Amino acid sequence: MSLEVDVDHVREHFRLTARFSSAPGLTALFGRSGSGKSTLVDIIGGLLRPTRGRISVDGQVLVDTERGMFVPKHRRRVGYVFQDSRLFPHLSVRNNLLYSRWFARPDGGAAGDLASVVKLLDIGALLDREPRSLSGGEKQRVAIGRALLAHPRLLLMDEPLASLDEARRAEILPYIERLRDDAGVPIVYVSHSAAEVARLATTVVILTDGKVTAVGPVLDILPLADAGDAGGVLDATVARHDEAFQLTVLASAAGELQVPRLAAPVGAPVRAYIRARDVMISLRPPEEISALNVLAGRIASITPSPNGAQADVRLDCNGATLMARVTAKSVQRLALAPGRPVFAVIKSVSFERS
Amino acid sequence: MTAEEWTAVRLSLLVATTATAASLPLGIAVAWLLARGRFWGKSLVDTLVHLPLIMPPVVTGYLLLLTFGRRTPVGAFLADELGIIFSFRWTGAALACAVMGFPLLVRAIRLSIEAVDGRLEAAAGTLGANPLWVFATVTLPLSLPGVIAGAILCFAKAMGEFGATITFVSNIPGETQTLPSLIYTLTQVPGGDAGALRLTLISIALSMLALLGSELLARRIGARRIAVA
Repeated sequence: MSLEVDVDHVREHFRLTARFSSAPGLTALFGRSGSGKSTLVDIIGGLLRPTRGRISVDGQVLVDTERGMFVPKHRRRVGYVFQDSRLFPHLSVRNNLLYSRWFARPDGGAAGDLASVVKLLDIGALLDREPRSLSGGEKQRVAIGRALLAHPRLLLMDEPLASLDEARRAEILPYIERLRDDAGVPIVYVSHSAAEVARLATTVVILTDGKVTAVGPVLDILPLADAGDAGGVLDATVARHDEAFQLTVLASAAGELQVPRLAAPVGAPVRAYIRARDVMISLRPPEEISALNVLAGRIASITPSPNGAQADVRLDCNGATLMARVTAKSVQRLALAPGRPVFAVIKSVSFERS
Repeated sequence: MTAEEWTAVRLSLLVATTATAASLPLGIAVAWLLARGRFWGKSLVDTLVHLPLIMPPVVTGYLLLLTFGRRTPVGAFLADELGIIFSFRWTGAALACAVMGFPLLVRAIRLSIEAVDGRLEAAAGTLGANPLWVFATVTLPLSLPGVIAGAILCFAKAMGEFGATITFVSNIPGETQTLPSLIYTLTQVPGGDAGALRLTLISIALSMLALLGSELLARRIGARRIAVA
């Protein structure tokens, strides 16, 4: 599948200009709030008509303002999971899931009948409940199932986890991963959380003030993102478990990492997200230090923060990218500059199974 | 109660039920247009619908007579081509009641359609439902309490309608003499007070029953939705 987007949308005091095409898998639209992410998915879903532009899915045109084409949302076969789930309050969970049964065409879109979707999302126990009796996380799972059962060719998810607390997010993330890997439907996922994007995305589209500023694979693009929890992504595999200390050793391009014991078996692929603020920089290999993980690398670039007090240092660790957030004073004191070999001291790692 | 009084009560129930049932589909359609539609002349439609509410009922009745009378083009066409005769028939009384009750019906339904969350309708659209399906499966079920309230209001108005009815179809016992018409007649003749009082009590009872019924229905349907808001 391929999604091709080339649109301009002008509203009062806001202009969105987006041009990108996305690969199969999960494409994350990433940016701060107000950057135009939600406007863009609304345009793809047919809830908004763009001022100018063209959108196609698998070569089939959904919008082409020049040719006066606008396929209405009910004929797009583009599923939409909203931030606020929008389950129908007058229908049971089962009937919410089956809502599209009268008009869905199963050909060429996401496959799956009620039984398989219920199994994928683990919502069998909820079928006879009313939407209002569900928790936020359960509502979102049902909303995802409802969208899937309409057999969409493309699934849009607009910050589906934004209204949930940390525990509920952790509860849903594995389902979205399963969806990405097993449901056979490409996903466009809106988020402002770098950790979420790092964990889920195949491709990242970064939006800044209504403009696409970067598009590409998550490992390359995410370190460029200007976000509060910016960081680097490492793809690794489980090398072994150290049962005595309840640790797991991961092998990655950048070197070995020791992390708290993971449930994943040896050999399993793991994606690690390392926040810039959790990385310190040392000019010499640090000794007698409590941090377990020290990776050698070279400074690729240094980006000062807007107010000049801090800087994001991009490190090239044997091909993998790490980010470190340090103070401007440290940059000067250590004479950090691109090309300089350094050691990254990693204080903590968030690990995401991929 | 006399046979005449029973006849009037039965006729009133028939007229009011017919008026409500016949105007309900059109009322829902107009309410939906006014709530969700964007078209030229919307305020004109809105005004026309509300006109019977503010005009003197006698004027409405007279306009109906001018439009649907047996010798008018419209009346003649309906009678000759479709066999529908309104003038001086109970069907005419039903028409007068429907016109008078229509603004109340539309108003209640429109308000409840406007209260339906447009985001739910958009969600239904993304699931493949065309606008008509969205209306039938999301908008209408969610605005059902308003539909019921509107229907009850229309029914109650029809039970009490007097001015337009008597102007349009007169006051013929057994054909167009509804409950209010008979009360009026009884107050005009000596010794009619007892009958007028009996009918007044029946009228009050029917009104209260209608109100109670709508309250119960609305509560049963509303209970499912309140937690969602």
